[in-house]
Amino acid sequence: MQRPLTQNIRPNQPPLSLAEYEKAGGYQALRKVLSSMTPQQVTTAVLEANLRGRGGAGFPTGRKWSFVPMGDDAPRLKYLVINADEMEPATFKDRVLLEGDPHQLIEGIIIGAYAIQAPVAYIFLRTTYTEAFRRIDKAIAEAQAQGYLGHNILGSPFSVELHLHASAGRYICGEETALLNALEGKRANPRAKPPFPPVIGLWGKPTVANNVETICNVPHIINHGAAWFRGLSRVADGGTKIYGVSGKVKRPGAWELPLGVTIRELLEEHAGGLRPGLALRAILPGGASTDLLTADHLDVVMDFNGVAAAGSRLGTGTMVVVDDKTCIVGLVANLMRFFAQESCGWCTPCREGLPWLAKILTAIEQGQGAPEDIAILKEHTRLLGPGRTYCALAPGAMEPLQSALKYFEEDFQRHIREKRCPWRS
Amino acid sequence: MLSPTEKEEIVAAMAHYDLKKAAGIDALRIVQRHRGWVSDDTLRDVAAALAMDPAELDSVATFYNLIFRQPVGRHVILICDSVSCWVMGYENLLEHLQRRLGIGMGQTTRDGRFTLLPHVCLGACDKAPAMMIDDELYGCLDAEKIDAILESYK
Ligand SMILES: Cc1cc2nc3c(=O)[nH]c(=O)nc-3n(C[C@H](O)[C@H](O)[C@H](O)COP(=O)(O)O)c2cc1C
Ligand code: SF4
Ligand code: FES
Repeated sequence: MQRPLTQNIRPNQPPLSLAEYEKAGGYQALRKVLSSMTPQQVTTAVLEANLRGRGGAGFPTGRKWSFVPMGDDAPRLKYLVINADEMEPATFKDRVLLEGDPHQLIEGIIIGAYAIQAPVAYIFLRTTYTEAFRRIDKAIAEAQAQGYLGHNILGSPFSVELHLHASAGRYICGEETALLNALEGKRANPRAKPPFPPVIGLWGKPTVANNVETICNVPHIINHGAAWFRGLSRVADGGTKIYGVSGKVKRPGAWELPLGVTIRELLEEHAGGLRPGLALRAILPGGASTDLLTADHLDVVMDFNGVAAAGSRLGTGTMVVVDDKTCIVGLVANLMRFFAQESCGWCTPCREGLPWLAKILTAIEQGQGAPEDIAILKEHTRLLGPGRTYCALAPGAMEPLQSALKYFEEDFQRHIREKRCPWRS
Repeated sequence: MLSPTEKEEIVAAMAHYDLKKAAGIDALRIVQRHRGWVSDDTLRDVAAALAMDPAELDSVATFYNLIFRQPVGRHVILICDSVSCWVMGYENLLEHLQRRLGIGMGQTTRDGRFTLLPHVCLGACDKAPAMMIDDELYGCLDAEKIDAILESYK
């Protein structure tokens, strides 16, 4: 099985230095691009590879790049921004790539910037990824010294500056338009869409925001071709995926696997199944803002279309396993407190609605719920659903709640009836 | 008054952006690294260095969870309160930590050694429950391990 994204990553060892990365074939894709490909050809290769964004929404990367104005009439300033905010609860996949192979990330960024002809790129990194910061900072300096970054890269006419920005900690910064405001030094409230960032983005200039895992795929597509990349996957969308499993399993962790493995394979083969004495009750398949699935969904294919067909989302591809000794109401209450706290406060339904829901869920969990609470919760999954708030944070918050009510309403009822949490002794 | 080092670092940060004021978050992080937190006076000095209105900079400072506008202890503990850590026993761990330090969430120990703050998922969910102290990440925590870790911070 091929694992291009993690091929250079050795557990508990520092990442490859520039010289080691070059020896392993690194920066060959960049050389190929600068010596023999037009920006359009790079975008076409990514389009044909069927690479879909790994930040959660699954937007086709080549298509996003193709929205950027090109040619002599295009603005001179454009930006490529790499979203390394990774604050979605239960998500720890970009960390693997950020710490494990910073030069792969940098090579991907330079190629991506070339494709959209952006002279400036930013990595937007969450504050608490301190080890990643040190390693990327060092790798950027190495790449700069070697002429991979800066003016006239490898003697070509193309130049790009790469800046590493450490954020100051707020989940909403991961939303791409909020991220642009954060980079401009403002409060990270999202912006209205349209206009979309590829047309009007950072400081009003065309801007592409890509997830870390997305951009790390790019050098491999260039080196081996679109057909090879599609062949890595078991489904129509191309490539591998960094999947993760957390919760009470025998071997929690992250693994690079063909896109399209099943939940069962992840849980049983890779994570080793649940710990002794525990049974599976639910799965949160791709981070906090995805619908729960149940033990009936073990054969669901973990790709964008497969998880969507089961009524949830692939999201970040890092799942939480919920066992039968864990209270689903408590779990959803925990998630809702997170979303309420991290609401940016810009629009009323989210700012007012989420704290109210968190309060109701916490009360139910503590045995202080009222029978009519269930109807209030259900109503809100509609009121805060897609299209009713300024950004996708609030609709994302409704996903675990609505699915918990769909599959586990009896758990909520029991808390209310028994005036206590049946899962607490 | 900003120190010469702080000023130098802020000027270096500005070089990363087209507009001075975009370096606001970096500048706040810089002074916080030197002073532990951002006082009203410091905030005014930083705003002046960026040619910004202090109220505007404060609206930015208070938006972000990790800009401290109140004094903190010598070491800041960020304990993850998100879903994977919750499943793996965060609540018991928090109780232990609070008892052991004799403080509640958001408080600082009387000797000024630790401030305890909740934080969202630290991206170490496979090693849950997790926490950070200053720049160091600790995973697979239990009460015993926490006690040993706390000992190593003076
Ligand atoms: C509340 C919220 C938080 C998000 N957080 C992240 C994040 O931490 N990292 C990320 O790559 N995308 C995040 N996204 C998705 C981004 O808005 C955007 O779709 C993504 O960065 C695009 O990159 P991609 O096309 O390569 O996936 C978030 C979206 C929302 C609504
Ligand atoms: S939905 Fe929530 S996070 Fe998004 S803009 Fe509205 S208040 Fe902010
Ligand atoms: S949920 Fe605690 S580290 Fe991710």
